[in-house]
Amino acid sequence: MGIADLPLVAVAAMLAIGVYGLLFERNLIKIAVAMSVVESGVNLFLVSLGYRQGGTAPIYTMAPEGTPMVLPTPQALTLTSIVIGLATTAFLLSLIVVLYRHYGTLDVREIRRLRG
Amino acid sequence: MLETLVTGSGFWHPIFWLVALALALAITLIIRALGRAGYQKGTEQTKPFLSGQPEREKEHLRAGNIYWGFLEALRGYYRPLQAGHTGIAADYLAWFVAGLVIISIVLLWS
Amino acid sequence: MTANLAVHAPILVVAVPLLAAFATPLVSRLGEAARKTWLILAVAATFLWVLVLLDRVLNLGPQVYVFGATHPGLALPSGLRFPVRIIFEVDAMSAFMVLSASLVALATAVYSLRFMEGSDGLDKFTSLFLLLLAGMLGMELTGDAFNFFVFLEVSSIAASALVAFWRQEPEPAEAGFKYLLLGTFGALLVLVAVGILYGRYDALNFASLAAQLRVGPVEKLALALLVAALAMKAGAVPLHFVTPDAYSRAPAVVTAILVSVSQASLYGLFRVAFSLYGLNLPSTAVLGWVIIVLGLLSMFVGVTMAIPQHDVKRLMAYHAVSQTGYMLLGVGVGLAVLADPVAFREYGLKAMEGGIFHIINHAMYKGLLFLTAGALFYRTGTEDLNVMGGLAHRMRFTTVCFMIGAAAIAGLPPFNGFASKLLIYESVYRFNPVLAVIAMVVSILTLASFVKVFQSAFLGPELPAYRKVEEVPAGMRVGMGVLAAVVVFFGLFPQLIVNTLVSPAAQALAQQAVYIAQVMGGR
Repeated sequence: MGIADLPLVAVAAMLAIGVYGLLFERNLIKIAVAMSVVESGVNLFLVSLGYRQGGTAPIYTMAPEGTPMVLPTPQALTLTSIVIGLATTAFLLSLIVVLYRHYGTLDVREIRRLRG
Repeated sequence: MLETLVTGSGFWHPIFWLVALALALAITLIIRALGRAGYQKGTEQTKPFLSGQPEREKEHLRAGNIYWGFLEALRGYYRPLQAGHTGIAADYLAWFVAGLVIISIVLLWS
Repeated sequence: MTANLAVHAPILVVAVPLLAAFATPLVSRLGEAARKTWLILAVAATFLWVLVLLDRVLNLGPQVYVFGATHPGLALPSGLRFPVRIIFEVDAMSAFMVLSASLVALATAVYSLRFMEGSDGLDKFTSLFLLLLAGMLGMELTGDAFNFFVFLEVSSIAASALVAFWRQEPEPAEAGFKYLLLGTFGALLVLVAVGILYGRYDALNFASLAAQLRVGPVEKLALALLVAALAMKAGAVPLHFVTPDAYSRAPAVVTAILVSVSQASLYGLFRVAFSLYGLNLPSTAVLGWVIIVLGLLSMFVGVTMAIPQHDVKRLMAYHAVSQTGYMLLGVGVGLAVLADPVAFREYGLKAMEGGIFHIINHAMYKGLLFLTAGALFYRTGTEDLNVMGGLAHRMRFTTVCFMIGAAAIAGLPPFNGFASKLLIYESVYRFNPVLAVIAMVVSILTLASFVKVFQSAFLGPELPAYRKVEEVPAGMRVGMGVLAAVVVFFGLFPQLIVNTLVSPAAQALAQQAVYIAQVMGGR
């Protein structure tokens, strides 16, 4: 356990908090927030994978000779994942609006016409 | 084109079944052709007789009544199973997380 | 020119529906007829490109398509030991899956023209339908782990929007919400697994990962995440809960294609189990048994939950769960004996062939059954079996289609379900007789519950409420007729299909070294 492991500890904490919220929160909007927390945890995980000690960010057009640069894949993945996360969060919230209109409640335990 | 399906332990040829189907159809038609000549549609003789009760055959057996006995006999199996399908999204997620944990334990233990 | 363009078939299969989806809002401004033509043209063009791709894969061997390279087949740029670009890797298994999915898409697209009439927002429906098609086909073609996640999310978002399409009613919105919640969470776990593998091996390419994989605890954790998430998307018990909800409340035409969408996740599960991990695992038997147990639970719980249902689509949805169990069982047995050459040659490969054959069979007959359920809803306005009855008097064509589909799903000869189930029974029996017996019992229960549907919806005297019911319009009959014809054809010529499509697919899945060599060269 060094200082470099801190981001991974944060990832674990965010995943745990998010999953707890998904399982035990009753308000639909809080569930959507919990989903966002899980999402951010995963994004942080991807970004922290891209960190290499002594590596340089790959943002040069003409790189200086001999500088080891990190492969920018994790950053690209994270950006994609953020965009997808935005779409799902917006869509979840809009479905919650529709659900509230129909059911008159935001309690996940009362939205259960489909069962059995 | 009609080939034998080889299953490793046995085989299956659809032509046998087609022949059997054709035979069954032929027998059905023969039996039908042997029917009474005095048949007249829409008269008293075509009505089914159900213990003297009038018009019972017009009633349709609804889906809810089919397999009632089966479901009743297996109530001990069905009650927890149907109660388990609660319809609550959080419970679905809980089942998923539980399944994930079990699969992880099995795979990590191996 | 044609030969030149055919090289690009892998990307065109995905690009055609993707671009058509985003052009739909413009085209539908030209009017309803233009929108309909556009939908059919886009899906038909996709199907044609799938046929081109299938032809190339079966005759020329597996196709590798590299994005952004100077040459589409150039997987390893000079000076690099590992592939850095996004790659589509199409072998016989992928080609088989896209054939099945795009055929169902074509039939449902034709069916949807009349079925969806009168709903509002049909331009959105068309866009989402094409997006769903693109996402599903992309999942089945890609050779890149992160790309798989992206297509998984595309199909998941489009599918939940389509499930909730009739949002004026409460239940579709509820079903769409559940589908999206579970789908997003599952996809995020897939992303965690992809991240873990990237962190260990600096690669996202399935073949490159498979070549380097040394299975330790971390890799096993990634495997567990992938297996659980993809099994959930495929609808395996006990992770299936969202499947019946989504299938029963989506418009019938969407449900028919959702079956194929679940199968894309099933394909992902098999791809991970065989091509990515496969023989890298210390013992494939454990993973094989995990899949077999998921399959057994799905088969049994699915069919027993189906029997008491009175909503026709919900009943069929539980059968979809149950039939997925057969595929898991067949392919799981193949995986369990993968490392044992004698057993694999004697029955393992046949079990896999049975499971894979069942995938396409199920896509056809279950698509057909959901379309007949849609036809009943279209004419009677209800999906409740308790109020239906006597519809065979008025809806002859639908009745015949339903009988074909029901006989196929119950595994009655000479329909296609029988052929694949026979392959599964006879090979699984040699692995473990108990499993084969359970599979047969489930088949009997399947027949029993479809007898219930047939009796309650179609048989019986004409009910007063349905005196004026007519047969569905021609467009919908064409959609059902195509699938029914395929079901009968596959049933009459099973060995032809097994030889040309199924057996190459099973071998492509089983031969991990070949899969790796396609991208990495002969290493």
